[in-house]
Amino acid sequence: MNELLTHFKQISATGYLFWGLALITVLSAIVVVTARNPIHSVLALIGTFFCLSGHYVLLNAQFLAAVNIIVYAGAIMVLFLFTIMFLNMRKDDEEAKTTTAKIAAVIVGGTLLVLMLGIFKAAQVGTYNPTTFDNKTGLVENLGMQLYGEYLLPFELASILFLVAMVGAVMLGKREAGDRHF
Amino acid sequence: MDLTILLTKAIIILVIFGITLLIATYSTYAERKVAAFLQDRLGPNRAGPFGLLQPIADAGKMFFKEDFIPAQANKWLFILGPCLAMLTALMASAVIPFGDSIRFGQYEIPVQGIEINIGMLYIFGVVSLGVYGVMVGGWASNNKFSLLGAIRAASQNISYEVALGMSIIAVLMMTGSLSLRAIVEQQATTGFFGWNVFTQPVGFIIFLVCAFAECNRTPFDLPECETELIGGYHTEYSSMKLGFYLFAEYINMFVSSAVISSLYFGGYHFPFAAQAHDALVNALGANTGHNVATALGTVVFFSKIFFFIFFFMWVRWTVPRFRYDQLMNLGWKSLIPLAMLNVVITGAGLLFNFNYATWIVVIVAVLMIVVSSARAPKGAVAVQRT
Repeated sequence: MNELLTHFKQISATGYLFWGLALITVLSAIVVVTARNPIHSVLALIGTFFCLSGHYVLLNAQFLAAVNIIVYAGAIMVLFLFTIMFLNMRKDDEEAKTTTAKIAAVIVGGTLLVLMLGIFKAAQVGTYNPTTFDNKTGLVENLGMQLYGEYLLPFELASILFLVAMVGAVMLGKREAGDRHF
Repeated sequence: MDLTILLTKAIIILVIFGITLLIATYSTYAERKVAAFLQDRLGPNRAGPFGLLQPIADAGKMFFKEDFIPAQANKWLFILGPCLAMLTALMASAVIPFGDSIRFGQYEIPVQGIEINIGMLYIFGVVSLGVYGVMVGGWASNNKFSLLGAIRAASQNISYEVALGMSIIAVLMMTGSLSLRAIVEQQATTGFFGWNVFTQPVGFIIFLVCAFAECNRTPFDLPECETELIGGYHTEYSSMKLGFYLFAEYINMFVSSAVISSLYFGGYHFPFAAQAHDALVNALGANTGHNVATALGTVVFFSKIFFFIFFFMWVRWTVPRFRYDQLMNLGWKSLIPLAMLNVVITGAGLLFNFNYATWIVVIVAVLMIVVSSARAPKGAVAVQRT
């Protein structure tokens, strides 16, 4: 406890920002799981993504922060919200949870918890060298140079993967000749 | 030193905030005046001289209406909806460069909320969040028509965001930076015919169309549709909550006009700006001359913004609206492929150091229109394809 207090006395403004942000992140992540209403859950998840973007900004990775907001909060979560709004799960979602489902959920969640604890205990946290550390690594120019230089092949392969997924989605969504018009 | 910077930033942000609200307020007045002018009427002229107090009277009316929340509505989300709409609308103007810089003493302060190297991405992020205000409000009303209106508005917004993003990539390729200030500076160095509207005509048209769709303005104002949806996503809203939704639309209009002006029309740059700057510095001394030149640039920038706000209104009272399937076809089947073609042709042009390559697309399009209209039988109405 005393160590924590002295830690709080020593850290800079950025440190306080980090702790505040981390607190909100964890809180909104808990709300995602515990909220009864699925819409509240999705909105809390959007809040979590915002906090993660805040963490990226603290790490001076502005590009990643902006892209995280655009892609996750701005596009994917909108589709989540769309689906949930159409499903209209308001009252009768409690009945769907039988005892078997609850027991299975507890077992799966517990296993995940044990696994995570084990991994964090066993794994070495990466270190950095303060003399060679470049705080501009996360800025868009450096990121672009890295992606189109050293990691060109994986980058292009990922884009081909996206193209294939897009074509697949269009094929699945396409209305065929005999299909019903909704 | 740090505190000085923080304070000046705070003042600049407050001033931008105030100006945004003021312009949005008087946009409502201007909209009615423009509508009246286009329809050969007088428009509001009772409250104050020339009806100038009309927006204040409107705001007073909005505030004193009953603030009604439907019994079955989700109360907190119902309140959150208009808040989100207003918040996201106001956030975007933070990165727009309104002028060059103000010098006093040793300090040089840019006339801009914050200068970040991902300015354009920031604006995209904020624009993509604008959907939430509409969706949350529409769903929380617990009304089928509100929900349908919200879904409609959201699908329109996310469809046109794709084309909006693609159209801007060409501009980013020309500049090599995501910072709005860098984009404006680059246009300033290449002179009047280096403005992106001359080098990127196709991109500009795509961006303009998408901006109309993003602001839910006519001809794409489908979220509001009395005959089909009662009032759209804000059917259940009353009082200042409705006011916020309507107001957010005008703020969005101001912000998109500012973005269009700075991306394609040189921002605070104007022809012979450098000569004017030098003359002013010679006449008035280094600091005062520079500041006067900055003020001149800011005035020019605002006149560009006002022109685009007028353009938004002009189109609203001139062009009839699209049908919903036409809207989706235009977005997905015309604008996105066109934007991709634009990117490819711009890239090819940059490879040979030729900035005006996209005019090929314009020439081909004009030729196709001429040929097809020459070959079409006269007087016959073309059958609409669905």
